[in-house]
Amino acid sequence: MNAPLRAFDVEAIRAQFPILRTLVHGKVPLHYLDNAATAQVPDAVLDAMRAHDELRRANVKRGVHALAEAATDAYAAARTKVAQYVNAREDREVIFTSGTTGAINLVAHAFGATLKAGDEIVLSGLEHHSNLVPWQLLRERTGVKLRFLGVTEDGRIDTGDLDELVSERCKLIAVTHVSNVTGAITDVAAVVRAARTVGARVMLDGAQRASHGPVDVQGLGIDFYALSSHKMFGPSGVGALWGRAEVLAALPPFLGGGEMIRTVTLEKSTWADIPARFEAGTPPITQAVGMGAAVDWLAQVDTAAAAAHTGHLAARVLDGLRAIGGANKRVRVIGPQTMERRYPVIAFAVDGAHPHDICQILDSHGVALRGGHHCAQPFHESRGLAGTTRASLALYNNAADVDAFLSGLDDALTKLT
Amino acid sequence: MDTLYKTDVLRLAAQATGAGKLADATKSITVDNPLCGDRVTFDVRMDADGKIAAVGHTVKGCVLCQASASVIGANAKGENAASLGAIRESLKAMLKQGAPAPAGAWATLVTFAPVSGHKSRHECLLLPFEAVIQAAT
Repeated sequence: MNAPLRAFDVEAIRAQFPILRTLVHGKVPLHYLDNAATAQVPDAVLDAMRAHDELRRANVKRGVHALAEAATDAYAAARTKVAQYVNAREDREVIFTSGTTGAINLVAHAFGATLKAGDEIVLSGLEHHSNLVPWQLLRERTGVKLRFLGVTEDGRIDTGDLDELVSERCKLIAVTHVSNVTGAITDVAAVVRAARTVGARVMLDGAQRASHGPVDVQGLGIDFYALSSHKMFGPSGVGALWGRAEVLAALPPFLGGGEMIRTVTLEKSTWADIPARFEAGTPPITQAVGMGAAVDWLAQVDTAAAAAHTGHLAARVLDGLRAIGGANKRVRVIGPQTMERRYPVIAFAVDGAHPHDICQILDSHGVALRGGHHCAQPFHESRGLAGTTRASLALYNNAADVDAFLSGLDDALTKLT
Repeated sequence: MDTLYKTDVLRLAAQATGAGKLADATKSITVDNPLCGDRVTFDVRMDADGKIAAVGHTVKGCVLCQASASVIGANAKGENAASLGAIRESLKAMLKQGAPAPAGAWATLVTFAPVSGHKSRHECLLLPFEAVIQAAT
């Protein structure tokens, strides 16, 4: 992330995102810095979804008419694209879900069904509620025990706790790949090493990582990876779970319904092979096509240059926050203080100013931020905070966005403190 | 929009009328906004007639939430759960349907009229009412 800024034509990228040309409240340019919540969509994705619904709209599988076959092919092609993006060994390792939350719930139910009371799952104190609540629900269903890795002062999952927390009873370590609050990258290699010593599985919440370039699930050495299309320049309503084929194949279904069966009688049913076993009902077809277009679009971006670009901008945000905070440090960055081993998701707290008030005033400057606990309430409470304000950057952000953010924040703090 | 942060709103929040713990409270209620994590605690002491004799509040929230609690702190004495419920409904109607602000002692609520165009902030004003009504019930 600290690589020197290479040539990166951000204006050419911006030209592909029509929403970036809109005016906020009809008068000020949009400076969109809420990418960790949802990223914007380029023409290529919008065009792909429109073309699908204009030319190939039909339900997938089983249909023999031309449109059904075309839709089935498009859906399969989208799966292939996502599989390639995460470097899956086989397409069937990718299951389309409603998003990261849906993917994690799938694991919590299907893998969770193989666990028993007393088995342990290791999470962390930095998790999004989507990677906490499904496991709490599993604990209520089965009596599994949840254990939690701590968080370091600079907002990283403390892998130094692994030896103490990962016992022979541990069946799964489920942690975020990149924090949606601090932007910190988890030391996945340490997590995988600890899991393998006891034969436990590893699941990563990749919601914040997947938008920053291809993922190598084989290289990471993990068992499950969950991701959302809407954070990676695709449509909402779709995401994916990647799972190691032999692991997925050994799991029972999660949801029952059409398409996930082999045979059905009034007495019992048998299950389809993966991935169909985990895709009950009509899937989000057009959205999957859009997600495929989004990963196609991402695959043609020079992600190293994009990372250098966003890293450079994020460093300016960090410097600016320090300058606005002044000597009395009334602005505190919650997370790593530099761009070392992190992504451009920057949360901060301001003494005497509430995140929603800051966000509201920044909105009048056209700057879209997010305030609150970011679905990471335990982490915020551990820091004595009800919430933080978060600026999160994507590859289409430019220097004008950072300037608008910093000047708007200055204005907000003048008004509020 | 900046119109939400008019001097009147900032002044109400800064006044923080009724802020602090009420030592001899008969009931204390804490409510949370699950969307943003804001937390409001209202302590209430009721008199023999079932009316509020005194309130105290602790707000971990935004300026709007603080200002709303401050208005309640200034005007809650003599009210009960039912009358506060009616005032909350008047505030809701002002925010959601553009109805006039309540008259009389609660006329100060008109200060929040600009919030009507910002649905996501309505709860910031209503959360303190939820707390005080539960505490007075």
